[in-house]
Amino acid sequence: MDFDLTEEQSMLKDSLDRLLSDNYGFEDREKIRKAEPGWSRDVWAQLAELGLLMLPFAEEDGGFGGGPEDVMLAMESLGGALSLEPFLATVVLAGGALREAGSDEQRGELVPQIVGGELVMALAHGERGARYTLSHVETTAKKDGDSYVLNGEKSIVLHGADAHKLIVSARTSDDAADEDGISLFLVDADADGISRRGYRLQDDRPAAEITLSDVRVPDSARLGAEGQGYGVLAKVHDQAIAALAAEAVGLLTRILATTTQYLKDRKQFGVPIAKFQVLQHDSVDIFVALEQIRSIAMYATSEADNEDAEIRSRAASAAKVMLGQDGRKAAETAIQLHGGVGVTMEYAISHYFKRMTVNDMLFGNADHHLKRIAETGSLLES
Amino acid sequence: MELKLSDEQRAFRDEVRTFFKENVPDDIRKTMVESGHPTKEQFQRWTKILAYKGWGAPHWPEEHGGTGWGPVEQYIFLEELQAYPAPAPLPFGVNMVGPVIYTFGNEEQKQTYLPRILDLTDWWCQGFSEPGAGSDLASLKTRAVKEGDHYIVNGQKTWTTLAQHADWIFCLVRTDPDADKPQKGISFLLIDMKSEGITVRPIQTVDGGVEVNEVFFDDVKVPVENLVGEENKGWDYAKFLLGNERTNIARIGMSKHAAKRIRELAGIELAGGKPLIEDRRFAEKLAMLEIDLKSLEITQMRVVADDAKNPNAKTPNPASSILKIKGSEIQQRCTELLMEVMGPYAAPRQHDDYLGHNEPPIGPDYAAHAAPGYFNYRKVSIYGGSNEIQKNIIAKAVLGF
Repeated sequence: MDFDLTEEQSMLKDSLDRLLSDNYGFEDREKIRKAEPGWSRDVWAQLAELGLLMLPFAEEDGGFGGGPEDVMLAMESLGGALSLEPFLATVVLAGGALREAGSDEQRGELVPQIVGGELVMALAHGERGARYTLSHVETTAKKDGDSYVLNGEKSIVLHGADAHKLIVSARTSDDAADEDGISLFLVDADADGISRRGYRLQDDRPAAEITLSDVRVPDSARLGAEGQGYGVLAKVHDQAIAALAAEAVGLLTRILATTTQYLKDRKQFGVPIAKFQVLQHDSVDIFVALEQIRSIAMYATSEADNEDAEIRSRAASAAKVMLGQDGRKAAETAIQLHGGVGVTMEYAISHYFKRMTVNDMLFGNADHHLKRIAETGSLLES
Repeated sequence: MELKLSDEQRAFRDEVRTFFKENVPDDIRKTMVESGHPTKEQFQRWTKILAYKGWGAPHWPEEHGGTGWGPVEQYIFLEELQAYPAPAPLPFGVNMVGPVIYTFGNEEQKQTYLPRILDLTDWWCQGFSEPGAGSDLASLKTRAVKEGDHYIVNGQKTWTTLAQHADWIFCLVRTDPDADKPQKGISFLLIDMKSEGITVRPIQTVDGGVEVNEVFFDDVKVPVENLVGEENKGWDYAKFLLGNERTNIARIGMSKHAAKRIRELAGIELAGGKPLIEDRRFAEKLAMLEIDLKSLEITQMRVVADDAKNPNAKTPNPASSILKIKGSEIQQRCTELLMEVMGPYAAPRQHDDYLGHNEPPIGPDYAAHAAPGYFNYRKVSIYGGSNEIQKNIIAKAVLGF
């Protein structure tokens, strides 16, 4: 039982928070989100220089040798700044698949480029027909000599339009919803046969719809064993959920601070509205949600590397349920407490609210994960 | 960051667990599983077993009969105790008046009262609330007037839990009605329940049971040596007492046991011929309860780890303030879900007390206490500072309103 940061972690967190407060204040972020590509190559380079992009990669691959806990610290700070940078896409999702399934050659080539901030990657997995069912892959990869030919459509690929390389899930055997028969491929984002339609999510994060038409990749582009991609995807998604939970701690910390400050500043009926008990109690509800989500984020993080997939997934699902329920409710309350200005783009609070809302839509919403836990027995025995 | 217990802590947990397995009498465990309301005799028998082991008041300083355990061990002990389940040491002596006596009492008071609390020779009850002084406790009116070497006490206390069994009551009384603030004229008195002029009137609660009472004081003579600390400083001692209960307030172990029992019984009870647990709506409600409980368990662990690291911290970890709110909500949801397991068989009123009965049960033999348990547990978000008061405290102390 130990909840302390190491000295190294504390120092990194301080440096990261300083970097973000200097370069990623609300006005900075407004400029970034309104311009192309919707995130900041300059800040990304600074994050690389700080060592943030190397955190979860193994030392022998050129990484720092950290784990989910380090990702948690990074995501909490990035969340506080409402980061639009491709950390989740590149380091957690695609990077996670690379860590789990990449060969020595693949990791040796790509990890140093990620760590240096030169290579942006995206995980192209979601499909329209799947909604949140992780094993549902209709995209196909047909073996043809010593290469594969990929065909299909991938949806809501975070940072998919700016990525240099994609990790694409495609079916090499079995039926659309089967866990067996899914393979992963490293694909150059500008390869022949790929078309990408970039757009922004409701909270301004960049994403893309990606179509693959007869995209030919060599055998050596396959990531991990043929047909065995599901386990990799499951683990990487659980880790991404733990990362989103940490991000939510950052979001809610700011939501609470912004809201309590607003209530102290705003006067009506001749007094600061913080004097009104109803508004005080609503603020306390946000505080309670923050602390409970902090705890469940720690839980998901502490299990994120667990090789027992059931324990790991249940912890991730538990966190995702709380994000979608308590987290969203807290963000809605914050908007209500801000009154009219809460529903304008000019106040940061509306952007936090949208991030929290969109995060519920990614990697399975609260209902999806509650169902998943309910189907797998008690959470308390793990 | 490590959420799991260390090897040493796990060994301690196993020791505690084994002790409960070998020493909690079966009838007492059965009572705890079925109703959670042990009889006076069961309380006394079990407390003597704990006291003999030296675990009558684990958190007390060793010189007064405590264990010397740190916050983590205390937490593990209570977790295991509740999850077994066995009755927790009666709080009125061990958690409330005991620490006040060893912190603010004189040597004679320590020697007289503390050993008798440890093994429940003396059963204490708490005389704080009054009909006009609930959340606004400082407005209490019970008067104590000094006459020679006695105080003469007149007034009324209420919501006095298990006063019908009590040998002693610790009371907040008004000794200076002219003080400039209501908090300033209050003293902390120890009163023998056998004193002339004390009347106990039971209050039947919503579940049909008799757990709380009114206690009337009519010219009750209390020796001046029964004053704890200084006259008119009682409010400070009361605040100390109320702030003393952080490690166990969320009752995680109890709710874990309840969730386990809900799952077990929902696997037996049928809905349309199929076990209730297979009903998706029900299973999701139970899952939601478990998620909230898991999260609160970690919040509790964060607070305990913080206490262990900063034993002399003046201000508690802010997260500690949500333990009462969330803990009580979860306990209430447990009772609600258990009642739901019984379906229509939660409806028959089978007996208005928590004593054993010989007549055959109506419906499943575990159904009788489900609805009363739910009714009874409305109290947990009211007592010890209602959840609204808790929110006021957080608003002020944490959010700076």
